Amino acid sequence: MIDQHLAILPVVLPLVAAPLCFILPRHSLAWLVACATNFVSFAVALSLLLLTMEQGVVSYAVGGWSAPWGIEMRIDVASAIVLCAVSGISSLVLIYAKDSIAHEIAAEQCSLFYTAHLLCLTGLSGILITGDAFNLFVFLEISSLATYTLVSLGRDRRCLTAAFRYLIMGTIGATFILIGVGMLYMKTGTLNMMDLSERLALLDGNRTLNTGLAFILIGVSIKLALFPLHMWLPPAYTHAPSVVSAFLASTATKVAVYVMIRFIFTIFGASYVFEEMGMSIILLVLAIVAIFKCSFMATVQSNVKTVLAYSSVAQIGYMILGISLATSLGLMAGLLHIFNHALMKGALFMAVGCVALRTGSVDIKAFQGLGRKMPWTMAAFTIAGLSIIGVPLTAGFVSKWYLVTAALEQQHWLIAFFLLAGSLLAVVYIGRVLEAAYFQKAENDVSIQEAPLLMLIPMWLLVVANIYFGIDTSMTVGAAESAAQWLTTTNVTEAN
Amino acid sequence: MSFVTDYYNYWVVVFLMMAGFYVVIAANNLVKKVVGLGIFQTAVFMMYITIGKVKGGSAPIVAEGVESFSNPLPHVLILTAIVVGVATTAVALALIIRIKQAYGTIEENEFEDKEDLI
Repeated sequence: MIDQHLAILPVVLPLVAAPLCFILPRHSLAWLVACATNFVSFAVALSLLLLTMEQGVVSYAVGGWSAPWGIEMRIDVASAIVLCAVSGISSLVLIYAKDSIAHEIAAEQCSLFYTAHLLCLTGLSGILITGDAFNLFVFLEISSLATYTLVSLGRDRRCLTAAFRYLIMGTIGATFILIGVGMLYMKTGTLNMMDLSERLALLDGNRTLNTGLAFILIGVSIKLALFPLHMWLPPAYTHAPSVVSAFLASTATKVAVYVMIRFIFTIFGASYVFEEMGMSIILLVLAIVAIFKCSFMATVQSNVKTVLAYSSVAQIGYMILGISLATSLGLMAGLLHIFNHALMKGALFMAVGCVALRTGSVDIKAFQGLGRKMPWTMAAFTIAGLSIIGVPLTAGFVSKWYLVTAALEQQHWLIAFFLLAGSLLAVVYIGRVLEAAYFQKAENDVSIQEAPLLMLIPMWLLVVANIYFGIDTSMTVGAAESAAQWLTTTNVTEAN
Repeated sequence: MSFVTDYYNYWVVVFLMMAGFYVVIAANNLVKKVVGLGIFQTAVFMMYITIGKVKGGSAPIVAEGVESFSNPLPHVLILTAIVVGVATTAVALALIIRIKQAYGTIEENEFEDKEDLI
């Protein structure tokens, strides 16, 4: 019974638990329910990953209507790996949330936070498992609406304007995707992704199709904060509560990158998008500009959350760069970076949340002398920061290694150089924080306690994961490899 | 001339879409921005309904003497999209109320003057 309906559970579980959290009167009760749901979702995601590694695709017909007519949930290795990352990070963030939001969110809104969090998770999981282009839009909007609410929960009043800007940008992006999907439907008369890809391959170029592709790619680029369309992201991440920044930075934009992969590789087909439409060069240039411009912006900020937000935009540049190389290896490096970046950015934002809890500020000045006062938090920040830079023995090194290899495989020396040079800027912006923490003395000598255990444990789990996946790469690289192979080869067989 | 008249629906859609988009970008008042967003989304709804129309087809209800029907699927899709649009507008208006409480204004240039956002 459970086995049969396993594929739909990642959506159903949080969706059912969300209203339950809403009616629970006490903060700790709502927290327990949310955590329990999340852990079960994570277990389901793991078993789905194992299942897809074994048999390729898990397909589930919603309501018993079979595929091209009914709505299909379709999980392959690529969706399962991102689903694992999302639900895993979400579980850790929820454990961490209890103490953090008690400090940052008004008491009567705490159970609302868990409701919004679970709804956001519903939407994100839905995007990952659906096999229907229109459903993807609906799930995208579910997660986005929850995200706007989450961002607006902060104490600082600027979070409201940040959330409003995010809402305007996000809605325009989602509506663009809706227009694009409409144009695909206009030409093919189907919404099922597999069906779409088959029929699009037969059409062989068409103005409606090209326009649809343009609308979809721009809409998705807004959602994933690709360089010129990223303006909503820094304010949203800076002013949202720390838990929300940690959750969004490591899940929401990653899922949007996944949506882009899905549209390019599964629906349109890589050769059409990259070769005929020449999208690879556009994406490549934007990605490189994102890496440099936003890394540089990160080096000049004084608010550490803003530093990390700009760094996120730069890291998204790395993922897009991997995808735009249009090879199996590049795609695999991009997927690997999605997973690894979720680990490191989650840990970094969590460390900043701990600092915010104890010092009440996230300005770089607040970090002065913290190396002694909060050794565990700053050690976590250091290791995750090294991972962002790409130091060997951390997860960041592995994904950057594969990105550089993918670039060199096609003799793109310049791109490999840009990739490595971008890391130097990461040394600067992470280094500034570390320098303040370890080599500067605090101005006023107040005693600051280490963060509570319930926040340290999830943060350190992420840090340990960073190191573990930096040393033992067989699991992540293997999964990313088979996912990339799956995405590129299914496309080849259909094009024939 | 037929290029204009044949694609009459699409011209309306494009005009509304651009007008709504312009309002979203240019308006200073947050409520006006939401209005623009509404027009922009409505234009997309109209595009979908246009796709579903079959010339000479009736409403997709089985009745005697009716042979061809309009495609009901775009209508169903757009019902969902309308619900999404309503939810977005509701969240946006709720945010505007909170912004008004926090800043005392909903004119974008006025609260931007009060502090730099980033």
